[in-house]
Amino acid sequence: MINFQYLRTTSVKSAIALLLKDKNAKFLAGGTNLIDLMKRGVTAPEKLIDINHVPLKQIEQIGNKIHIGALATNTAVADHALIKEKLPLLSWALQAGASAQLRNVATVGGNMMQRTRCGYFYDTEMPCNKRQPGTGCGAMEGFNRMHAIFGTSEKCIAVHPSDMCVALTALDAEVVLANGKGERKIAFKDFHRLAGDTPQLDNNLKADEMIIRVEIPVNNLAKNYHYLKVRDRASYAFALVSVAAAFELNNNKITDIRLAMGGVAHKPWRLTASENFLKGKEATLSNFEKAAELAMTGAKGFGENNFKLKLAPNTIIEALNLAKSKA
Amino acid sequence: MKPSDQKPNQGDSRRDFLKKSSVITAIALTPGIAVKAAENNADERFAELFEKIPLNLTVNNKAYKALVEPRVTLLDYLREELHLTGTKKGCDHGQCGACTVHVDGQRVNSCLSLAVMNEGKKITTIEGLADGDTLHPMQAAFIKHDGFQCGYCTSGQIMSAVACIREGHTSSRAEISEYMSGNICRCGAYPNIVDAIVDVKEGGATV
Repeated sequence: MINFQYLRTTSVKSAIALLLKDKNAKFLAGGTNLIDLMKRGVTAPEKLIDINHVPLKQIEQIGNKIHIGALATNTAVADHALIKEKLPLLSWALQAGASAQLRNVATVGGNMMQRTRCGYFYDTEMPCNKRQPGTGCGAMEGFNRMHAIFGTSEKCIAVHPSDMCVALTALDAEVVLANGKGERKIAFKDFHRLAGDTPQLDNNLKADEMIIRVEIPVNNLAKNYHYLKVRDRASYAFALVSVAAAFELNNNKITDIRLAMGGVAHKPWRLTASENFLKGKEATLSNFEKAAELAMTGAKGFGENNFKLKLAPNTIIEALNLAKSKA
Repeated sequence: MKPSDQKPNQGDSRRDFLKKSSVITAIALTPGIAVKAAENNADERFAELFEKIPLNLTVNNKAYKALVEPRVTLLDYLREELHLTGTKKGCDHGQCGACTVHVDGQRVNSCLSLAVMNEGKKITTIEGLADGDTLHPMQAAFIKHDGFQCGYCTSGQIMSAVACIREGHTSSRAEISEYMSGNICRCGAYPNIVDAIVDVKEGGATV
């Protein structure tokens, strides 16, 4: 690992002030992705600002929203009574990700900022428009079994690897970001970006901003929900396809529904057309199948990942079935 | 370049420092000064002063003070500086769990934690589990149930297994397997590892 300057800070204000001083500085939270990327030479920041002592670990309900600080660990969120009771989909998604050791240090903000696990991004000998814009995409015609089927660009077909972010996208979360002057709030679904012509940008966080917290509206989706993650082994692997499904059921009629997919795009993939179709309909297998078909509009395989064109709709149907049977 | 530019100070970025230290190197190439600078290894020494960070932590109930480069991982600090080589380096990328230790009671991958991030923390490694010559119940259970073959992953498995019980994730064999999934065993001792954990849990010993 190339050496760097290490600084510690204890407040949002000083963290942002330190960031503004040096464009080649990065925030260090759990470090489970950043330190790995630095060991591999994918990134080499000149300065790390350790923000682990900044007080952003709160998990609390304020009005009709649940606030989760950017530095709350994945374990703290997944195990918190409030989250288990009111946002069990989020708790499940978190527990489907990584390992117990990683979840003990990985944070909410760090999870949002994690980079793709595309092998071409990680291998500095390979072309990658995300790591080094203009060098080409190795995955396009290479090993692309893990790669995207939705919203791809000619420059990049990488996927965002998070489970937590899929659940937060489904749950209509918002993100609060701060810079030296104030705060702004954006919809979680607008935090991450599609690759387009700028695959080097994973998200819309500006260079002078820090993630402060996420806010999730309390909902009626805590009864019929499921996070289904399909992967190469039973645990501790990134998703081939994952589906976050939650709905409110009245006499077998769906009155509210949230659906999002992971492992299929450069950002968590909300299934709005499928949600609109299912709203007001009976929770039946044939409706689930129709919703899954709608979800696949515009999907495109790149060879090794063609199986996802079938795996994705099947995972949607199974997640909806499992959510329905949870009573 | 003025002589005052040669001396790095605390407010400088690393890049600035490197620029300045290369100035020292350039000066060092001139005769006379060259010999002296080379003898003193000037910019190497500046680099060390500039880049090492004080660290205080407790490992297995013993307090340590050190100066470490920020890039040194907790794993390398434990193994290379403290010579606590029970904690193993497997993949060094957070994928295998061989480096699992407890930090303030929670299991973590020491390969993905910088030593300096652990300022003031209490670390427990495999060397800190036994009570003198009396094995920790989990260590004894791994021997009883043959929970290893080559043994390389074992210290990580045991640290994780102890945490698994403390966390309360032992209601079934399936739950144990799920919560032990961050520890890979290439010999495939998994069923015996689960046997050991079930045995300790049912035995009710304090872990």
